[in-house]
Amino acid sequence: MAHVFSESNFQAEVLSSSTPVAVDFWAVWCPPCRITGPIIDELASEIDESKLKIGKVNVDDNQHLSTEYRVLSIPTVIVFKDGKEVDRFVGAMPKEAFLEKFKPYIA
Amino acid sequence: MRNVIIIGSGPAGWTAAIYAARADLNPLLFEGAEPGGQLMTTTEVENFPGFEHGVQGPDLMAVMRKQAQRFETEIISSMVDSLKQIEGGFEVTAAGKAYQAKTVILSTGATARRLGLENEKRLYGQGVSACATCDGFFFKNKNVIVVGGGDSAMEESSFLTRFASKVYLVHRRDEFRASKIMQERVKNNPKIEIIFNTEVVDILGKDKVEGVVLKDVQSGETREMQIDGVFAAIGHEPNVSLVKGLLDLDEKNYVKTVPGSSKTNIPGLFACGDVQDARYRQAVTAAGSGCMAALDAEKFLSDNE
Repeated sequence: MAHVFSESNFQAEVLSSSTPVAVDFWAVWCPPCRITGPIIDELASEIDESKLKIGKVNVDDNQHLSTEYRVLSIPTVIVFKDGKEVDRFVGAMPKEAFLEKFKPYIA
Repeated sequence: MRNVIIIGSGPAGWTAAIYAARADLNPLLFEGAEPGGQLMTTTEVENFPGFEHGVQGPDLMAVMRKQAQRFETEIISSMVDSLKQIEGGFEVTAAGKAYQAKTVILSTGATARRLGLENEKRLYGQGVSACATCDGFFFKNKNVIVVGGGDSAMEESSFLTRFASKVYLVHRRDEFRASKIMQERVKNNPKIEIIFNTEVVDILGKDKVEGVVLKDVQSGETREMQIDGVFAAIGHEPNVSLVKGLLDLDEKNYVKTVPGSSKTNIPGLFACGDVQDARYRQAVTAAGSGCMAALDAEKFLSDNE
């Protein structure tokens, strides 16, 4: 399962993480998010966490985070490295496509 | 070799699967890049018969999928990469694997058309949205533009007033082609301002949408307008990349079918739903044509036994 990130643990779990972190911004009322949610969970169990940590932010409960990172469309996946955004993908994609996007961070 | 492969998972694809499965054809269905199709990004569907009080688009698709599963449709959640004719049928490749079948039902649907502006691509996800249901939330107390004149434009405008303080509905003609009931809803909504005879010719903003350039189609004059979000509902384009060069397409790029059937120019390859329907494009007509395709495939298989 993917990690659950929130305003209270975002600094410690994401921004201060020594490994890159992929964060899926989502909400229950977003139909494409219902497609990506299980894919992100699968990838989180399959990808070695010591290389890439994968988690989710529920935008309903964490509006400060979605505002701070200018998330205006969901699902949006942002990759953070050393506390900074290094990559961003908007919209639902098949699993293989996510894997392809994550590849540079897993190597 | 399988009897039938179905490509696409909108109302046409699922209906074809239900009929083919019940005819013991053991269909294999590929869900594609947007499982559930266009209904996944709509909210209330009020005109699908059998749902007296309406039904949410994604919920309708979820029950169609379950119904197809109940009759043992095999489902693969990948995108099909290629489709070609082989001896005695067709071969489909998806995620690096090949699958063969005697017949194929093409129900790849249509995808929302974009405005076609450079800055629209650049600001996609940064104020340019393809899904009002998904993204309306981020425009609380902001101003947005909806472009279009059909039912989807009316629906998106009404939906967005739940969040936005103001919705400008911009249309290039001087009247809407949307149904009367949807037009009335928009006209009676105090948060919606209608701007006729106008096109969006550019979207402005560095990291996010900050404005648009509007052009009056009669005078040709342009003006800038501050705006936070842009939603386009200007129709659809059929998803025909798999069959370009294989199937006959009409002048709008829709798959040509023999009138009154789902037959294409290639025997054994049938088309249903929005990929072959430029005219009606309804969930219920897509479902109806999915049924036709399954029955046509069944007939083809028994004739060629």
